[in-house]
Amino acid sequence: MSKIHIILNGERRSLHVEPNDILLDVIRDKMGAKSPKCGCDRGDCGACTIFLNGKSVKSCNILAIEADEQEIVTLEGLSENGLTKLQEKFINMNSFQCGFCAPGITIAATELLNHNPNPTLDDVKEALSGNLCRCTGYTPILDAIMSCKK
Amino acid sequence: MAISHEFEYIKPKTVNEAVDILAKYGSKASILAGGTDIVVKLKETPFNPEILVDIKGIDELSKIEFSNGVLKIGALVTFSELIDSEIVKTNFPLIHEASTTVASIGTRNRATIVGNICSAVPSLDSGPALLVYEADVIVKNNSGERKISIKDWFTGPKKTAIKEGDLVIGLEIKKPTDKHGTSYVKLGRYRGEDLAQAGVGVFVTESNNYKISFCALGPVPVRATIIENLLNGKSLDEKILNEAKELVEKVISPITDIRASKEYRMHIAKVMLERALLKAKERITSVYHETHDILGG
Ligand code: FES
Ligand code: FES
Repeated sequence: MSKIHIILNGERRSLHVEPNDILLDVIRDKMGAKSPKCGCDRGDCGACTIFLNGKSVKSCNILAIEADEQEIVTLEGLSENGLTKLQEKFINMNSFQCGFCAPGITIAATELLNHNPNPTLDDVKEALSGNLCRCTGYTPILDAIMSCKK
Repeated sequence: MAISHEFEYIKPKTVNEAVDILAKYGSKASILAGGTDIVVKLKETPFNPEILVDIKGIDELSKIEFSNGVLKIGALVTFSELIDSEIVKTNFPLIHEASTTVASIGTRNRATIVGNICSAVPSLDSGPALLVYEADVIVKNNSGERKISIKDWFTGPKKTAIKEGDLVIGLEIKKPTDKHGTSYVKLGRYRGEDLAQAGVGVFVTESNNYKISFCALGPVPVRATIIENLLNGKSLDEKILNEAKELVEKVISPITDIRASKEYRMHIAKVMLERALLKAKERITSVYHETHDILGG
Protein backbone atom coordinates (compact mmCIF):
# COMPACT_ATOMS: atom_id res chain seq x y z
CA MET A 1 0.00 0.00 0.00
CA SER A 2 1.22 3.48 -0.80
CA LYS A 3 -0.13 6.66 0.68
CA ILE A 4 -1.19 9.18 -1.94
CA HIS A 5 -2.96 12.53 -2.01
CA ILE A 6 -5.64 13.46 -4.50
CA ILE A 7 -7.34 16.82 -4.73
CA LEU A 8 -10.89 15.71 -5.47
CA ASN A 9 -13.37 18.47 -6.25
CA GLY A 10 -11.27 21.01 -4.43
CA GLU A 11 -10.67 18.94 -1.33
CA ARG A 12 -7.25 17.45 -0.61
CA ARG A 13 -7.70 13.86 0.49
CA SER A 14 -5.17 11.28 1.57
CA LEU A 15 -5.70 7.60 0.99
CA HIS A 16 -3.91 4.29 0.63
CA VAL A 17 -3.82 2.51 -2.70
CA GLU A 18 -2.13 -0.49 -4.28
CA PRO A 19 -0.17 0.17 -7.50
CA ASN A 20 -2.70 -1.93 -9.43
CA ASP A 21 -5.80 -0.03 -8.22
CA ILE A 22 -7.66 1.67 -11.05
CA LEU A 23 -8.44 5.36 -10.59
CA LEU A 24 -12.11 4.94 -11.54
CA ASP A 25 -12.63 2.30 -8.83
CA VAL A 26 -10.82 4.37 -6.24
CA ILE A 27 -12.84 7.52 -6.99
CA ARG A 28 -16.09 5.58 -6.72
CA ASP A 29 -15.38 3.12 -3.94
CA LYS A 30 -12.77 4.77 -1.76
CA MET A 31 -13.53 8.44 -2.29
CA GLY A 32 -17.30 8.22 -2.64
CA ALA A 33 -17.81 10.18 -5.86
CA LYS A 34 -20.21 7.98 -7.78
CA SER A 35 -20.79 10.02 -10.92
CA PRO A 36 -18.07 8.44 -13.10
CA LYS A 37 -19.38 5.11 -14.36
CA CYS A 38 -17.77 1.97 -15.65
CA GLY A 39 -19.11 1.16 -19.08
CA CYS A 40 -16.50 -0.65 -21.12
CA ASP A 41 -13.49 -0.62 -18.78
CA ARG A 42 -11.13 -0.19 -21.75
CA GLY A 43 -11.18 3.44 -22.81
CA ASP A 44 -13.84 3.17 -25.50
CA CYS A 45 -17.15 4.43 -24.07
CA GLY A 46 -16.36 7.59 -22.07
CA ALA A 47 -18.72 6.79 -19.16
CA CYS A 48 -15.79 7.16 -16.75
CA THR A 49 -14.65 10.57 -18.05
CA ILE A 50 -13.35 12.99 -15.39
CA PHE A 51 -11.23 16.13 -15.39
CA LEU A 52 -7.62 15.43 -14.44
CA ASN A 53 -5.68 18.67 -14.07
CA GLY A 54 -8.39 20.39 -16.12
CA LYS A 55 -8.37 17.96 -19.04
CA SER A 56 -10.95 15.31 -19.78
CA VAL A 57 -9.54 11.80 -19.43
CA LYS A 58 -10.87 8.29 -19.11
CA SER A 59 -10.39 7.19 -15.52
CA CYS A 60 -10.68 3.46 -16.30
CA ASN A 61 -7.34 3.75 -18.10
CA ILE A 62 -5.41 5.35 -15.28
CA LEU A 63 -3.87 3.86 -12.16
CA ALA A 64 -4.91 5.59 -8.96
CA ILE A 65 -1.29 5.95 -7.96
CA GLU A 66 -0.65 8.05 -11.10
CA ALA A 67 -3.07 10.62 -9.72
CA ASP A 68 -0.93 11.29 -6.64
CA GLU A 69 -0.85 15.06 -6.03
CA GLN A 70 -3.10 15.69 -9.05
CA GLU A 71 -6.39 17.55 -9.25
CA ILE A 72 -9.54 15.73 -10.18
CA VAL A 73 -12.97 17.17 -10.85
CA THR A 74 -16.04 14.99 -11.30
CA LEU A 75 -19.65 15.93 -11.93
CA GLU A 76 -20.10 16.36 -8.17
CA GLY A 77 -17.51 19.14 -8.31
CA LEU A 78 -18.93 20.77 -11.44
CA SER A 79 -22.34 21.24 -9.85
CA GLU A 80 -21.14 22.11 -6.35
CA ASN A 81 -22.70 25.56 -6.59
CA GLY A 82 -25.85 24.46 -8.36
CA LEU A 83 -26.42 23.09 -11.82
CA THR A 84 -24.45 24.55 -14.69
CA LYS A 85 -26.23 26.08 -17.65
CA LEU A 86 -25.39 23.00 -19.68
CA GLN A 87 -26.89 20.68 -17.07
CA GLU A 88 -30.08 22.72 -16.99
CA LYS A 89 -30.35 22.48 -20.76
CA PHE A 90 -29.84 18.72 -20.55
CA ILE A 91 -32.72 18.50 -18.07
CA ASN A 92 -35.06 20.89 -19.89
CA MET A 93 -34.50 19.22 -23.21
CA ASN A 94 -34.82 15.65 -21.87
CA SER A 95 -31.41 14.87 -23.27
CA PHE A 96 -30.89 11.57 -21.48
CA GLN A 97 -32.92 8.45 -20.87
CA CYS A 98 -31.14 6.03 -18.52
CA GLY A 99 -28.48 8.65 -17.81
CA PHE A 100 -25.54 6.26 -17.56
CA CYS A 101 -23.57 8.21 -20.16
CA ALA A 102 -24.55 11.62 -18.76
CA PRO A 103 -21.65 12.24 -16.34
CA GLY A 104 -19.02 11.53 -18.99
CA ILE A 105 -20.83 13.47 -21.67
CA THR A 106 -21.28 16.42 -19.32
CA ILE A 107 -17.55 16.53 -18.63
CA ALA A 108 -16.63 16.24 -22.32
CA ALA A 109 -19.14 18.91 -23.35
CA THR A 110 -18.05 21.22 -20.52
CA GLU A 111 -14.45 20.97 -21.71
CA LEU A 112 -15.56 21.86 -25.24
CA LEU A 113 -17.63 24.87 -24.16
CA ASN A 114 -14.80 26.13 -21.93
CA HIS A 115 -12.43 26.21 -24.90
CA ASN A 116 -14.88 27.04 -27.61
CA PRO A 117 -18.07 28.81 -26.47
CA ASN A 118 -19.36 28.89 -30.06
CA PRO A 119 -18.91 25.37 -31.38
CA THR A 120 -20.29 24.13 -34.68
CA LEU A 121 -22.28 20.91 -34.72
CA ASP A 122 -19.17 19.21 -36.11
CA ASP A 123 -17.09 20.51 -33.20
CA VAL A 124 -19.64 19.08 -30.77
CA LYS A 125 -19.67 15.71 -32.50
CA GLU A 126 -15.87 15.61 -32.46
CA ALA A 127 -15.81 16.52 -28.75
CA LEU A 128 -18.24 13.69 -27.97
CA SER A 129 -16.66 11.16 -30.30
CA GLY A 130 -15.29 9.21 -27.35
CA ASN A 131 -18.62 9.04 -25.50
CA LEU A 132 -21.18 6.39 -26.32
CA CYS A 133 -24.88 6.63 -25.50
CA ARG A 134 -26.97 3.47 -25.85
CA CYS A 135 -30.37 5.13 -25.42
CA THR A 136 -30.90 8.44 -27.12
CA GLY A 137 -29.44 8.42 -30.60
CA TYR A 138 -27.54 11.54 -29.47
CA THR A 139 -29.84 14.14 -31.03
CA PRO A 140 -31.29 15.59 -27.80
CA ILE A 141 -27.77 15.66 -26.31
CA LEU A 142 -26.32 17.53 -29.28
CA ASP A 143 -29.30 19.91 -29.30
CA ALA A 144 -28.78 20.83 -25.64
CA ILE A 145 -25.07 21.49 -26.13
CA MET A 146 -25.74 23.59 -29.23
CA SER A 147 -28.30 25.63 -27.29
CA CYS A 148 -25.55 26.69 -24.85
CA LYS A 149 -23.76 28.64 -27.58
CA LYS A 150 -22.98 32.19 -26.63
CA MET B 1 -12.23 -4.17 -13.18
CA ALA B 2 -9.24 -4.78 -11.06
CA ILE B 3 -5.88 -5.78 -12.46
CA SER B 4 -5.40 -9.33 -11.25
CA HIS B 5 -1.67 -9.36 -10.61
CA GLU B 6 0.54 -7.16 -8.51
CA PHE B 7 3.45 -5.00 -9.51
CA GLU B 8 5.63 -2.30 -8.08
CA TYR B 9 5.36 1.31 -9.20
CA ILE B 10 8.16 3.81 -9.35
CA LYS B 11 8.27 7.37 -10.62
CA PRO B 12 11.79 8.58 -11.36
CA LYS B 13 12.53 12.31 -11.73
CA THR B 14 15.33 12.16 -14.28
CA VAL B 15 16.19 10.21 -17.42
CA ASN B 16 19.35 8.86 -15.77
CA GLU B 17 17.39 7.56 -12.82
CA ALA B 18 14.90 5.94 -15.20
CA VAL B 19 17.49 4.16 -17.35
CA ASP B 20 19.25 2.87 -14.22
CA ILE B 21 16.00 1.33 -13.05
CA LEU B 22 15.40 -0.14 -16.51
CA ALA B 23 18.91 -1.59 -16.54
CA LYS B 24 18.40 -3.15 -13.13
CA TYR B 25 15.04 -4.79 -13.87
CA GLY B 26 15.55 -5.60 -17.57
CA SER B 27 12.60 -7.37 -19.13
CA LYS B 28 10.73 -7.30 -15.82
CA ALA B 29 10.21 -3.55 -16.11
CA SER B 30 7.70 -1.78 -18.29
CA ILE B 31 7.53 1.93 -19.05
CA LEU B 32 4.35 3.87 -18.32
CA ALA B 33 3.63 7.23 -19.99
CA GLY B 34 0.03 8.05 -21.00
CA GLY B 35 -1.09 4.56 -20.07
CA THR B 36 -3.99 4.40 -22.52
CA ASP B 37 -2.67 1.20 -24.07
CA ILE B 38 -0.75 -0.28 -21.19
CA VAL B 39 -3.52 -0.19 -18.58
CA VAL B 40 -5.84 -2.05 -20.95
CA LYS B 41 -3.05 -4.53 -21.61
CA LEU B 42 -2.56 -5.03 -17.87
CA LYS B 43 -6.27 -5.70 -17.43
CA GLU B 44 -6.92 -7.90 -20.42
CA THR B 45 -3.78 -9.84 -21.28
CA PRO B 46 -1.25 -12.02 -19.45
CA PHE B 47 1.23 -9.11 -19.57
CA ASN B 48 2.65 -8.95 -16.05
CA PRO B 49 5.64 -6.69 -15.48
CA GLU B 50 7.20 -6.72 -12.04
CA ILE B 51 7.62 -2.99 -12.01
CA LEU B 52 6.03 -0.09 -13.84
CA VAL B 53 8.34 2.86 -14.40
CA ASP B 54 6.14 5.95 -14.66
CA ILE B 55 8.15 8.54 -16.60
CA LYS B 56 5.64 11.37 -16.05
CA GLY B 57 7.84 12.78 -13.31
CA ILE B 58 10.62 13.59 -15.83
CA ASP B 59 9.82 17.17 -16.78
CA GLU B 60 12.39 17.43 -19.58
CA LEU B 61 10.44 14.84 -21.59
CA SER B 62 7.30 16.95 -21.86
CA LYS B 63 8.64 19.57 -24.26
CA ILE B 64 8.02 20.39 -27.91
CA GLU B 65 11.08 22.28 -29.18
CA PHE B 66 11.83 23.68 -32.61
CA SER B 67 15.20 25.15 -33.43
CA ASN B 68 17.51 25.19 -36.47
CA GLY B 69 14.80 23.49 -38.49
CA VAL B 70 14.61 20.47 -36.17
CA LEU B 71 11.51 19.56 -34.19
CA LYS B 72 12.00 17.65 -30.96
CA ILE B 73 9.01 15.94 -29.42
CA GLY B 74 9.56 14.62 -25.90
CA ALA B 75 8.29 11.21 -24.85
CA LEU B 76 5.55 12.76 -22.70
CA VAL B 77 4.04 15.02 -25.36
CA THR B 78 0.39 14.07 -25.83
CA PHE B 79 -1.59 14.11 -29.05
CA SER B 80 -3.65 17.01 -27.70
CA GLU B 81 -0.46 19.01 -27.12
CA LEU B 82 0.68 18.27 -30.67
CA ILE B 83 -2.69 19.36 -32.06
CA ASP B 84 -2.59 22.61 -30.06
CA SER B 85 1.02 23.44 -31.04
CA GLU B 86 1.20 26.21 -33.65
CA ILE B 87 4.78 25.16 -34.41
CA VAL B 88 3.64 21.68 -35.35
CA LYS B 89 0.62 22.87 -37.27
CA THR B 90 2.61 25.35 -39.36
CA ASN B 91 5.74 23.33 -39.99
CA PHE B 92 4.60 19.72 -39.78
CA PRO B 93 0.96 19.79 -40.87
CA LEU B 94 0.85 16.04 -41.46
CA ILE B 95 1.63 15.36 -37.79
CA HIS B 96 -1.09 17.81 -36.84
CA GLU B 97 -3.63 16.19 -39.13
CA ALA B 98 -2.77 12.61 -38.16
CA SER B 99 -2.99 13.56 -34.47
CA THR B 100 -6.52 14.89 -34.87
CA THR B 101 -7.64 11.46 -36.08
CA VAL B 102 -6.30 9.53 -33.08
CA ALA B 103 -9.09 8.12 -30.88
CA SER B 104 -11.04 10.88 -29.10
CA ILE B 105 -10.19 13.92 -26.99
CA GLY B 106 -10.31 12.08 -23.65
CA THR B 107 -7.71 9.65 -24.99
CA ARG B 108 -5.63 12.26 -26.85
CA ASN B 109 -5.34 14.29 -23.63
CA ARG B 110 -3.40 11.40 -22.18
CA ALA B 111 -1.92 9.34 -25.02
CA THR B 112 1.54 10.23 -26.32
CA ILE B 113 2.94 9.94 -29.85
CA VAL B 114 6.01 8.15 -28.49
CA GLY B 115 3.72 5.68 -26.72
CA ASN B 116 1.90 5.21 -30.01
CA ILE B 117 5.07 4.12 -31.82
CA CYS B 118 6.14 1.97 -28.86
CA SER B 119 2.80 0.12 -28.84
CA ALA B 120 3.33 -0.19 -32.59
CA VAL B 121 -0.06 -1.59 -33.53
CA PRO B 122 -0.21 -1.80 -37.35
CA SER B 123 -3.05 0.74 -37.48
CA LEU B 124 -1.15 3.50 -35.70
CA ASP B 125 -2.14 6.89 -37.10
CA SER B 126 1.23 8.48 -36.36
CA GLY B 127 3.09 5.95 -38.53
CA PRO B 128 2.61 7.43 -42.01
CA ALA B 129 3.42 10.99 -40.89
CA LEU B 130 6.63 9.96 -39.12
CA LEU B 131 7.67 7.78 -42.08
CA VAL B 132 7.24 10.51 -44.68
CA TYR B 133 9.00 13.09 -42.49
CA GLU B 134 11.75 10.50 -41.93
CA ALA B 135 11.78 11.00 -38.18
CA ASP B 136 14.45 9.68 -35.85
CA VAL B 137 13.60 7.91 -32.61
CA ILE B 138 15.93 8.96 -29.79
CA VAL B 139 16.66 6.11 -27.44
CA LYS B 140 18.66 6.14 -24.24
CA ASN B 141 19.93 3.41 -21.96
CA ASN B 142 22.51 3.38 -19.20
CA SER B 143 25.39 3.13 -21.67
CA GLY B 144 24.39 6.07 -23.84
CA GLU B 145 22.09 7.58 -26.41
CA ARG B 146 21.37 6.50 -29.99
CA LYS B 147 19.16 7.41 -32.91
CA ILE B 148 17.03 4.88 -34.73
CA SER B 149 15.55 5.89 -38.06
CA ILE B 150 11.79 5.43 -38.08
CA LYS B 151 12.14 3.22 -41.15
CA ASP B 152 14.03 0.70 -39.02
CA TRP B 153 11.81 1.13 -35.98
CA PHE B 154 8.79 -1.05 -36.74
CA THR B 155 9.84 -4.70 -36.90
CA GLY B 156 6.45 -6.44 -36.73
CA PRO B 157 2.96 -6.04 -35.32
CA LYS B 158 3.47 -4.57 -31.82
CA LYS B 159 7.23 -5.08 -32.24
CA THR B 160 9.90 -2.42 -32.45
CA ALA B 161 13.66 -2.02 -32.47
CA ILE B 162 13.62 -1.15 -28.76
CA LYS B 163 15.90 -3.30 -26.61
CA GLU B 164 15.84 -4.28 -22.98
CA GLY B 165 16.89 -1.35 -20.83
CA ASP B 166 16.02 1.26 -23.47
CA LEU B 167 13.94 4.34 -22.86
CA VAL B 168 12.64 6.30 -25.85
CA ILE B 169 13.16 9.91 -24.84
CA GLY B 170 11.66 11.50 -27.91
CA LEU B 171 11.49 12.06 -31.65
CA GLU B 172 13.50 14.34 -33.91
CA ILE B 173 12.19 15.54 -37.24
CA LYS B 174 13.83 17.84 -39.76
CA LYS B 175 11.61 20.41 -41.38
CA PRO B 176 11.39 19.78 -45.12
CA THR B 177 12.92 22.70 -47.00
CA ASP B 178 10.92 22.62 -50.24
CA LYS B 179 7.46 24.08 -50.49
CA HIS B 180 5.08 21.17 -50.08
CA GLY B 181 1.59 19.94 -49.29
CA THR B 182 0.52 16.99 -47.12
CA SER B 183 -2.54 14.92 -46.46
CA TYR B 184 -3.52 12.05 -44.15
CA VAL B 185 -6.59 10.10 -45.12
CA LYS B 186 -7.92 7.63 -42.58
CA LEU B 187 -10.79 5.25 -42.93
CA GLY B 188 -12.59 4.34 -39.71
CA ARG B 189 -15.91 2.56 -39.45
CA TYR B 190 -17.38 5.82 -38.25
CA ARG B 191 -16.01 9.18 -37.29
CA GLY B 192 -15.05 8.88 -33.66
CA GLU B 193 -13.16 6.54 -31.41
CA ASP B 194 -11.98 3.88 -33.84
CA LEU B 195 -8.78 2.40 -35.13
CA ALA B 196 -7.91 2.86 -38.78
CA GLN B 197 -9.09 0.23 -41.25
CA ALA B 198 -6.69 1.86 -43.62
CA GLY B 199 -4.60 5.01 -43.58
CA VAL B 200 -2.42 6.81 -46.09
CA GLY B 201 -0.15 9.80 -45.66
CA VAL B 202 1.16 11.82 -48.61
CA PHE B 203 3.80 14.51 -48.87
CA VAL B 204 4.41 16.25 -52.20
CA THR B 205 6.65 19.16 -53.15
CA GLU B 206 6.09 21.83 -55.77
CA SER B 207 8.65 20.12 -57.99
CA ASN B 208 6.70 16.84 -57.75
CA ASN B 209 8.72 14.92 -55.25
CA TYR B 210 6.50 12.40 -53.51
CA LYS B 211 6.61 10.59 -50.20
CA ILE B 212 3.83 8.13 -49.49
CA SER B 213 3.14 5.85 -46.55
CA PHE B 214 0.40 3.42 -45.56
CA CYS B 215 -0.76 2.14 -42.17
CA ALA B 216 -3.22 -0.60 -41.12
CA LEU B 217 -2.55 -2.34 -44.43
CA GLY B 218 0.23 -4.72 -43.41
CA PRO B 219 2.15 -5.88 -40.33
CA VAL B 220 3.93 -2.53 -40.04
CA PRO B 221 3.36 0.93 -41.53
CA VAL B 222 5.34 1.20 -44.79
CA ARG B 223 6.76 3.70 -47.24
CA ALA B 224 5.50 3.11 -50.78
CA THR B 225 8.87 3.58 -52.49
CA ILE B 226 7.89 2.01 -55.79
CA ILE B 227 4.90 4.33 -56.10
CA GLU B 228 7.09 7.29 -55.15
CA ASN B 229 9.57 6.32 -57.87
CA LEU B 230 6.80 6.11 -60.44
CA LEU B 231 5.42 9.51 -59.53
CA ASN B 232 8.58 11.50 -58.85
CA GLY B 233 9.01 14.35 -61.30
CA LYS B 234 5.52 13.92 -62.74
CA SER B 235 2.37 15.88 -62.18
CA LEU B 236 -0.83 14.01 -61.50
CA ASP B 237 -3.18 13.08 -64.31
CA GLU B 238 -5.66 10.26 -64.69
CA LYS B 239 -3.23 7.95 -66.42
CA ILE B 240 -0.46 8.25 -63.84
CA LEU B 241 -2.94 7.99 -60.97
CA ASN B 242 -4.21 4.71 -62.40
CA GLU B 243 -0.67 3.39 -62.72
CA ALA B 244 0.01 4.41 -59.12
CA LYS B 245 -3.13 2.64 -57.94
CA GLU B 246 -2.09 -0.55 -59.70
CA LEU B 247 1.17 -0.56 -57.77
CA VAL B 248 -0.64 -0.45 -54.41
CA GLU B 249 -0.98 -4.25 -54.49
CA LYS B 250 2.81 -4.55 -54.52
CA VAL B 251 3.21 -2.32 -51.46
CA ILE B 252 0.61 -3.47 -48.96
CA SER B 253 -0.45 -6.83 -47.55
CA PRO B 254 -3.72 -6.25 -45.74
CA ILE B 255 -5.43 -8.87 -43.60
CA THR B 256 -9.04 -9.56 -42.74
CA ASP B 257 -9.98 -8.68 -39.19
CA ILE B 258 -12.93 -7.42 -37.18
CA ARG B 259 -12.73 -4.02 -38.90
CA ALA B 260 -12.56 -4.96 -42.59
CA SER B 261 -11.78 -7.73 -45.06
CA LYS B 262 -8.50 -7.81 -46.92
CA GLU B 263 -10.25 -7.44 -50.29
CA TYR B 264 -12.04 -4.33 -49.11
CA ARG B 265 -8.84 -2.89 -47.68
CA MET B 266 -7.00 -3.51 -50.95
CA HIS B 267 -9.72 -1.75 -52.90
CA ILE B 268 -10.17 1.20 -50.58
CA ALA B 269 -6.41 1.78 -50.24
CA LYS B 270 -6.29 2.65 -53.93
CA VAL B 271 -9.20 5.06 -53.67
CA MET B 272 -7.64 6.65 -50.60
CA LEU B 273 -4.24 6.98 -52.25
CA GLU B 274 -5.77 8.92 -55.13
CA ARG B 275 -7.69 11.24 -52.81
CA ALA B 276 -4.70 11.79 -50.55
CA LEU B 277 -2.44 12.61 -53.52
CA LEU B 278 -4.89 15.12 -54.95
CA LYS B 279 -5.54 16.70 -51.56
CA ALA B 280 -1.82 17.02 -50.75
CA LYS B 281 -1.22 18.58 -54.15
CA GLU B 282 -4.02 21.09 -53.62
CA ARG B 283 -2.61 22.04 -50.23
CA ILE B 284 0.73 23.13 -51.70
CA THR B 285 -0.96 26.36 -52.67
CA SER B 286 -3.98 26.56 -50.35
CA VAL B 287 -3.66 27.17 -46.65
CA TYR B 288 -4.15 24.20 -44.39
CA HIS B 289 -7.73 23.88 -43.29
CA GLU B 290 -9.27 21.73 -40.62
CA THR B 291 -11.10 19.12 -42.63
CA HIS B 292 -10.41 15.66 -41.45
CA ASP B 293 -11.25 14.05 -44.74
CA ILE B 294 -12.15 10.89 -43.04
CA LEU B 295 -13.85 8.68 -45.56
CA GLY B 296 -17.15 7.32 -44.37
CA GLY B 297 -17.33 10.05 -41.72
S1 FES C 1 -15.40 2.81 -18.77
FE1 FES C 1 -13.77 4.11 -19.23
S2 FES C 1 -14.04 4.52 -21.30
FE2 FES C 1 -15.57 3.05 -20.91
S1 FES D 1 -29.01 7.95 -21.80
FE1 FES D 1 -28.69 5.84 -21.55
S2 FES D 1 -26.67 5.61 -22.27
FE2 FES D 1 -27.08 7.65 -22.72
